[in-house]
Amino acid sequence: MRYAMAIDTNKCVGCSDCVVACQTENNVPHGYCRDWIVESVSGTYPNLDLEFRSERCNHCDNAPCVRCCPTGASHIEQGGIVVVNHDECIGCGACIQSCPYDARYPHPDGFVDKCTFCIHRVEKGQNPACVDVCPTSCLHFGDLDDPKSDVSMAIKDRSWKVLAPEAGTKPQLYFLT
Amino acid sequence: MKEELFVSGRNIPNIDPYLNIWHWQIPLYLFLGGLAAGILFFAGYFVVRGKEKEMPATVKWATIIAPIALIIGLGALFWDLTHKLYFWQLYTTIRFTSPMSWGAWTLMAITPLSILWVASYMKEMFPRWDWKFDILNQFEAWIIKNRLPFAWIMMILSIILGVYTGILLSAFNARPLWNTSILGPLFLVSGFSTGLATIMWVSKDEHERKVLARIDLIFIAIELFLITHLFMGFLAGTAVATEAAQLFLGGDFTVSFWVYVVILGLILPATLEILEMFRFHIPKWLPPFLILFGGLMLRFVMVEAGQITRFLY
Ligand code: SF4
Ligand code: SF4
Repeated sequence: MRYAMAIDTNKCVGCSDCVVACQTENNVPHGYCRDWIVESVSGTYPNLDLEFRSERCNHCDNAPCVRCCPTGASHIEQGGIVVVNHDECIGCGACIQSCPYDARYPHPDGFVDKCTFCIHRVEKGQNPACVDVCPTSCLHFGDLDDPKSDVSMAIKDRSWKVLAPEAGTKPQLYFLT
Repeated sequence: MKEELFVSGRNIPNIDPYLNIWHWQIPLYLFLGGLAAGILFFAGYFVVRGKEKEMPATVKWATIIAPIALIIGLGALFWDLTHKLYFWQLYTTIRFTSPMSWGAWTLMAITPLSILWVASYMKEMFPRWDWKFDILNQFEAWIIKNRLPFAWIMMILSIILGVYTGILLSAFNARPLWNTSILGPLFLVSGFSTGLATIMWVSKDEHERKVLARIDLIFIAIELFLITHLFMGFLAGTAVATEAAQLFLGGDFTVSFWVYVVILGLILPATLEILEMFRFHIPKWLPPFLILFGGLMLRFVMVEAGQITRFLY
């Protein structure tokens, strides 16, 4: 089993609904977020290219944050979901330094926090909150090992990219282009 | 042109606009760790070489500083943790892939060892010292009898500690400025050099200082050589690495690195040490002071600048 997410950058309008849904679902403290939107403009006027990306932890297959964690608080759950156990985390910040995507933040309560792919929902067979709430249905979640899953279907016939593959982390967010 | 904007959600303190998770405590911790490693290594080294009598400050007096530095360093590390009450979790497992973990364990081993080392010289340093309890006297006798194996263990542990202060940073592939294997040896050599400087400062013996200054000159030369290689590596590297090196080559950290670390912290003290060999009168405290200042700056600059660098995507 390998959970992953596909994000359709052509459909995303940058409305930030996924961000708000996550903050509500996961009780993210005010002023913080586990997912966020990047608006990327490239080219020279008038030939500009606009891309919206809903970004979050990539739940990397080769996760440096798990490798660098001195206590084992950062660990890999079933299906490759990277999770921080708050009661083991000492807040040393090693994982924050080791993430090429800056996907983690220090929670005001001391421990380090980040996207969990809503593991508490996934365990019940539901989608992450951001996926369910997206008004353009541009987020696709599921098991890559299952060819019929939403995410497998989404990346099958489309071109996609991952962010900073040269970092060697084998990220599992697929941005459809 | 390429412009990336956060439309929403990203304004997280200490991460945006650039990462600033580690504060002054971490470079201080790395500095003190390297310094203690240097002091303990040379104490062990001169005992192994059988030069205890010739090098009283190296083997005895200066080692008092090592446990103090280690404990202040650990205190600084603790201070920078954000979930302090869970600190003990560090010592519930050993994770070899995490430098932070084996570094914490190395410190756990070398700190008590350095205290025992100092304790075993207490009577020599303060002739009227009395342990009060018989068992302590017996324990002391046992350490004194086994000083040689002690010295070996301490030398090995201090090399691990010295390398660790660099590897802690270089293990982070996400921070291109740190992600170079030169950082381990560079911090080791620099740490040993600051250790030597401390001993020189403490030493009152002309001959001992001369021996130490000669070793220190070799270490400074190696350090300059490693820094040259560091930049050769960056400039021959990928866009990510060259971009990171720009911080030191015209960027925000150019002055602090080249003036404070390289000129004031390495070249000037080396010149003074050479002049001293040719019998010029140099204030005794000046070269060690400059070396310590340079070592501290190296760690501050590296930790601060490294956090800014990142993958470009
Ligand atoms: S994106 Fe960052 S936090 Fe998430 S698994 Fe990868 S390295 Fe770890
Ligand atoms: S901050 Fe917490 S989760 Fe991150 S590396 Fe340190 S102990 Fe592990």
